[in-house]
Amino acid sequence: MIANYGYKDGSGEFFISIDTDKCNGCGDCVPVCPPRLLELAADEYDPLSEKTVAAVREEERKKIKYSCAPCKPASGRGPLPCMAACAPGAINHSW
Amino acid sequence: MAELQEYWRWTEYSWHHPEMDWRQGKRIAAGIDVGSVSSQALVLVDGEIFAFSNLRTGSNSPDSANNAIKAALKDTGMEIKDLQYTVGTGYGRVNVPFANRAITEIACHARGANFMAGPKVRTVLDMGGQDCKAIHCDERGKVTNFLMNDKCAAGTGRGMEVMADLLSIPIKDIGDLSFQVDKEPQPVSSTCVVFAKSEALGLMRSGWSKNMVLAAYCSAMAHRVSLLLGRIGVEDQFFITGGIAKNPGIVKRLEKELGIQAVQSKYDSQIAGALGAALFGDTLLQKGA
Repeated sequence: MIANYGYKDGSGEFFISIDTDKCNGCGDCVPVCPPRLLELAADEYDPLSEKTVAAVREEERKKIKYSCAPCKPASGRGPLPCMAACAPGAINHSW
Repeated sequence: MAELQEYWRWTEYSWHHPEMDWRQGKRIAAGIDVGSVSSQALVLVDGEIFAFSNLRTGSNSPDSANNAIKAALKDTGMEIKDLQYTVGTGYGRVNVPFANRAITEIACHARGANFMAGPKVRTVLDMGGQDCKAIHCDERGKVTNFLMNDKCAAGTGRGMEVMADLLSIPIKDIGDLSFQVDKEPQPVSSTCVVFAKSEALGLMRSGWSKNMVLAAYCSAMAHRVSLLLGRIGVEDQFFITGGIAKNPGIVKRLEKELGIQAVQSKYDSQIAGALGAALFGDTLLQKGA
């Protein structure tokens, strides 16, 4: 399943999407994110599965435009730490 | 003094199966959906709908959950202690005192829609009281992709309540009245409830009829929701849950904009969340929870 965390407002669309079928629950993305947006949790959208997957922490979901900004400088950005750390390539950013 | 009519107020109700004998049932599962505007409770006996209720959510979530289940179980002889497994869902899901588990409403709506409209449903739109969710699901009602717009209450039931109040039109009549216009007006430019309210006042001052204002507001809402669906991609079949599904003024305009008909169901669109929660409870009972 693709879980989209974030929002859309007047200034654009800000979503971090995590493909829970690709996510293997390794947790490599959790420590590399400077503002610690990610966590490992039970897959809340598939209550019958026992799998643990990466998710954006609930209290962070409505401000990711600002929390992610330091990794996305206007002067050009390198690979995002969360995406680079994810071996199965399950993490994506919409902006 | 004439009694003050509250135009936004919609009717609360409850229903229970007139013939089913729940005492013969092996599995009794309940789903409680405590939403931002309305709360539903639904009881499944051996996977069949036995009773449900639909009430307004008060300022206290645990009370709303209790009131909803009491209304559903009224005159059935069943009590809260007879429920073998209860799942809470919706905004107030962690505040259901007698729940065994809380499950997100996104999973519950997909599951409920799967039961209500059949396994061919791929796109579920939940138009609730305070947010709007576009959900893509598979043939078992498992969520495969979803998008939620929860940063503001535009395009939702609460916005409709505000508009009903402003125009002094009973909320259940809004949809039909919005079609009684000579020609479809331009949508209001803002779907923000607060801005739309002042825009509506301005339009009425410039001579628009109430019906025209309703039409303009409904089409603005339909357009906003279609943008949300655009990100997920609409796939046949398409089903709408939540209170706004009962407003043809939005549903028909949305169908037109998307070029696809929404599936009709014999069930009440507002019970989808509670039904999905109860179905999860039923499955968990079968698994031996």
